[in-house]
Amino acid sequence: MEFFGPVMDGFTVVLDPTNLLYCLLGVVVGMLIGVLPGLGPAATIAILLPMTYGVEPVTAIIMLAGIFYGAQYGGTITSVLLRLPGEASSVVTVFDGYVMAKQGRAGTALGIAAIGSFFGATVSIIGLTFLAPLVASFALDFGPPEYTALAMLGILLVATISGGTKIKAIIAAAVGLFLATVGRDGFTGAERFTFGNLSLADGIDFVPIAMGLFGVGEILYNLEERHRAATAPMKVSNVWPKAKDIKEASGAIGRGSVLGFFLGILPGGGATISSLASYAMEKKTAKDPSRFGKGAIEGVAGPESANNAAATSSFIPLLTLGIPANATMAIIFGALLIQGVTPGPQLISNDPELFWGVVNSMYIGNILLLIMSIPLIGVFVRILRIRAAILAPITALITLLGAYTIRNSMFDVLLVVLFGALGYLMKKFGFEPGPLVLAFVLGSLLESNLRRSLLVLEGDPTGFFTRPISATLLALFIFVAVWPMIKSAIDRRKNGSIAAAVAKEKENA
Amino acid sequence: MDAKKAEEARPIEPAAPQAPAEGVELDDLTPEELAAQWEAEAPEPAGPIANLVSSLVVLALSIAGLALSIGLELGTPAAPAAGMWPFIVTLIAGVMAIAQIIVGRSGGKDGEKFSGMSWYAAIGFGTLILMVVLMPLIGFEVPALLLCFVWMRWLGGERWRSATIYSILIVAAFYAIFIAALGTTIPRLF
Repeated sequence: MEFFGPVMDGFTVVLDPTNLLYCLLGVVVGMLIGVLPGLGPAATIAILLPMTYGVEPVTAIIMLAGIFYGAQYGGTITSVLLRLPGEASSVVTVFDGYVMAKQGRAGTALGIAAIGSFFGATVSIIGLTFLAPLVASFALDFGPPEYTALAMLGILLVATISGGTKIKAIIAAAVGLFLATVGRDGFTGAERFTFGNLSLADGIDFVPIAMGLFGVGEILYNLEERHRAATAPMKVSNVWPKAKDIKEASGAIGRGSVLGFFLGILPGGGATISSLASYAMEKKTAKDPSRFGKGAIEGVAGPESANNAAATSSFIPLLTLGIPANATMAIIFGALLIQGVTPGPQLISNDPELFWGVVNSMYIGNILLLIMSIPLIGVFVRILRIRAAILAPITALITLLGAYTIRNSMFDVLLVVLFGALGYLMKKFGFEPGPLVLAFVLGSLLESNLRRSLLVLEGDPTGFFTRPISATLLALFIFVAVWPMIKSAIDRRKNGSIAAAVAKEKENA
Repeated sequence: MDAKKAEEARPIEPAAPQAPAEGVELDDLTPEELAAQWEAEAPEPAGPIANLVSSLVVLALSIAGLALSIGLELGTPAAPAAGMWPFIVTLIAGVMAIAQIIVGRSGGKDGEKFSGMSWYAAIGFGTLILMVVLMPLIGFEVPALLLCFVWMRWLGGERWRSATIYSILIVAAFYAIFIAALGTTIPRLF
C-alpha cells in the first residue's frame, strides 16, 4: 500500500469535477486546433499555452494533459481525412488511413485510431507508474556534474536524431542556449545581452519563443504552402468500428503499444521511430502483406497505438530526470515550469500529490479523448471543410491575443511575431526549431550546474570523469558526437572510389 | 460556429482553386509510390547560396556574441564569471557555422528555396507587425479586421464579399470571447 497510496491520492485530485471539466476543455480545444492542417502537436500546445494561465497549477497541468492528447489525435484526423500528417509520427497512418477514407471507411480508421491511441497510452502510463519511481530514485544522487552531463547528452541526442543536418541542429541548439543567457546572471547579478532594455532584464520568457517558433512560424509557412492544400474530405460515417475490425486490429494495437512504450523512452524521435517500426512489424507479421497500403486496418491501428504509447512514455525522462526527450516535451517542460513545477528526480518524493496528479491526469485525458473523439468526428470534418484562407487569420489572432493575455504585455506579442519570423526563416534554411526550444528550456539548468560543478571541481574539467555516472554520460556524449564522423569515415573507406565519397558527403550535408 | 458558416457558404461559392487537379488516381498509390510522390512534390532544397548566407549570418552573430561575452568577463575555470558560458556557447555556434560552410558548400538536401509564394509569408509577417504596432494605439478591432481581410482577400484568394463578411464575423467572435466573456484587458477601441 505504501506505493499505491500516493497513486490513489492522485486519482482523487484528478477526479475533482473542476479538474475534469478543464481536462475535457483541454481535450476538445486541443483537438480543434490540432486538426488544423499544418499545426502539429508542438504548435498546438504552444498556441494554447496561454489558456493554462491563471488556473490552479494542478488544474492547469491536467488541462495540459488534455491538450496534449487532443493535439496528438488532431494530427491523426488530418492524416486520415486529408492525407496531411500533422507531424512526422503520423506519416505512416496516411498510407492505409487515407486509403481507408477513400474506400468510405474513414470513420472506422479514425475510430480504431482512437481506440489504439487510448490503449497504447494506457499501457504506457501503467509502465510509467512503475518505472518512473525507479528512475527517479536512481537519479536522486545526481549532483551538478551529473546534471551537466545529462543535459548536454539530452540536447545532443535531440539535435542529432532530429531530421535534417546535424551541424545545423547543433547551431540551433547553441542559439537556444545563448537565448537562455539573456537577462540577469543568477550568480553574479550582471546584466547579460539586455542592451539596457528593461523588458529583457528578467530574461526572455519561454512562452513567446515556443508560440513564435512553433505557432506563428508554422502559420507563416502555411501561408506560403497553402496552394498545396488537400481537398476537402467526404462525409464520414460508421465511426464505431465493428467487432470484426477490432478483432483484426487488436494484435496490432497490442504489439504497437509495447513497442511504442520502449522506443518512446529513448530521447529524440521516439514517437516517429516507433510508428515506423510498428508499421514495418505489422507488414512483416501479416499473413498477406500485400494488403498494406490498400486500406489494411492494422496499418492504422499499430502505428497509432505505437506513437501514442511512445508520446506517453517520453514523459518518463521528463518527469524523473527533468530532461525533455523531444520538442513537444520541451514545451510541456516549459509549461510545467511556469506552473511552478520543476520536473526532476525530487518531484516524486517532494510533491507526490502533484506528481501522481500529473500521471493520473493522463489516464483521464486519455479516457476523455476516447469518449470525445468518436462523437466529435463529424465536427472535425466540418472544420476541415472550412477553407484554409479563413482558418489562417483565426489561428493568427488566437496566437497574438493569447500571447497578450499572459502578462498583458505588448512586448511579449512582439517577441512572438519576431520569433515567428525566425521560425519561418529557420524552416526555409533547413534549421530545426526543436533543438533550439529544447536547448533554451534546458539552458539555465545546464549553465548553473556547469558553473556549480566547476566550483566544486575547482575548475578542473577532468573531474567530470572521476565520477562514475557523469563519466558514463560524458562518454556517451562523446560517442554520439563523434559517431557520425567515424561512420562516414568507415563508409568512405568501404566505398573506396572518390565519386562514392562525394555522393555520401552530399547525402550527409 | 465557424464550421456552420462554411457549411452554409459551400453551395454558394465554389471550392478554392486547389480542388480539381488532385484526386482520383491518388487512390491506387502504394505507400512507396506515395512517399515518392511526396518527395517529388516537396519544394527544392535551399541550395549552396542559402547555406553560405545562413552560415555566415550565424558566424557573424557568434563573433558578436564572443565579443560581448568577453566584455562581460570570462573569469577562470575555477571561478567562472558571467561571460564564460555565453562565450562557450557562441564559440560552439561559430565553429559549427564554419563547419557548415565547408560541409554544405554543394548545397545539401535541407531547407527550401524561396518562391514567388514566399511573398505571402512576408506580407503575412508585415500585417502581424502592423497589428503589434497599432494595437496599443487604436485597440485590436481595426488591426484585426485589417489582418483578416488582407489574409483572406489577397493571401487566401477569397472574394471581396466573403472576405468582408468573414472578417467582420471573426473579429466580432473574438470580441465576444476575449472581451465580453473572458474580460481580458486586451487594448480595445469599443
